[in-house]
Amino acid sequence: MANAHDTTLAHGAVEAHGHDQAHAHHPKLQHHFYSMEQQLEASILGMWIFLVTEIMFFGGLFLAYIVYRTMYPEAWIAGSNHLNTYMGGGNTLVLICSSLTMVLAVRAAQVGSRTGQIVNLILTILFGSTFLVVKFFEYAEKFEHHLVPGPNFDPALPGPEQIFFALYFIMTGIHALHMVVGIGIMLVILRMAWKGTFTPEYYGPIEVSGLYWHFVDIVWIFLFPLLYLLGFHLGH
Amino acid sequence: MSTSHPVTSPLTYVAVFLSLAVLTILTVVVAYYDFGFMNVVVALGIAVIKASLVVWFFMGVRYNTPLTRVVVVAGLFWLLIMFGLGMSDYLTRGWLGVPGR
Repeated sequence: MANAHDTTLAHGAVEAHGHDQAHAHHPKLQHHFYSMEQQLEASILGMWIFLVTEIMFFGGLFLAYIVYRTMYPEAWIAGSNHLNTYMGGGNTLVLICSSLTMVLAVRAAQVGSRTGQIVNLILTILFGSTFLVVKFFEYAEKFEHHLVPGPNFDPALPGPEQIFFALYFIMTGIHALHMVVGIGIMLVILRMAWKGTFTPEYYGPIEVSGLYWHFVDIVWIFLFPLLYLLGFHLGH
Repeated sequence: MSTSHPVTSPLTYVAVFLSLAVLTILTVVVAYYDFGFMNVVVALGIAVIKASLVVWFFMGVRYNTPLTRVVVVAGLFWLLIMFGLGMSDYLTRGWLGVPGR
């Protein structure tokens, strides 16, 4: 093919002129990037810009939480005592485990270990799923105890407690939705890792997916004390 | 070809993980005690330390370019602006005896 021939000629010309061979084309290098390093940094920057929009998105919910907590401090303390701290705390540990396996999967890509990527990605998906299963039982408990805002909310409880539980379900629900999306992303990344896509030179997708996963972990790191631990000292 | 992210030892990651686990247990343990208004300060202080560990080590911000770091800090800065302006409204509404309220 004429095109391939031209490329060969171009490379020959570059070599003849003694240019830096560090810029020889990696097959995964997009043409608009100067180097693999620049490509990776651009991906990371782009992911962080998305994560900043996520910070502001969850930030709005946290602001609503602060406003209503200031208005109804007693309802907040009482409401938090209806939550299962051990399930919430256990889930925090599960997410921290998933963040460890996530970062180890990225490291496995950096050192070129396909097995390491696959094992750690599967563990990450399993920890993420464990979190959701625990969350399912927590939600089920709330339904049984009439703590879901709406017509079936326990009439013996003061009205503002419905606001606490509304925010509880919105914040943990959207967080859980992010977990579901994260597990979906990890399945795609697992497929790519399985096919041996990632190498020490090219691991951008697994790295930026990891950033998303860790971000979702951080949201829970704040949700757990703010929702579960407020009035813990009173109930014990 | 070198990349901008040096490979970190798994031991570093495990050490960060153990710190996070200990801090999680600590935040539950301190919740048994009542420090008055300091309750929320202690709980959020531990959460901020945990989040910082995740951002700095797991998310690799320590190896990121200055541009990416500016974006990260800008995100937190704008979050504080939102909290600051939001609360300066809600907390000061009762200060003046405005008719009709």
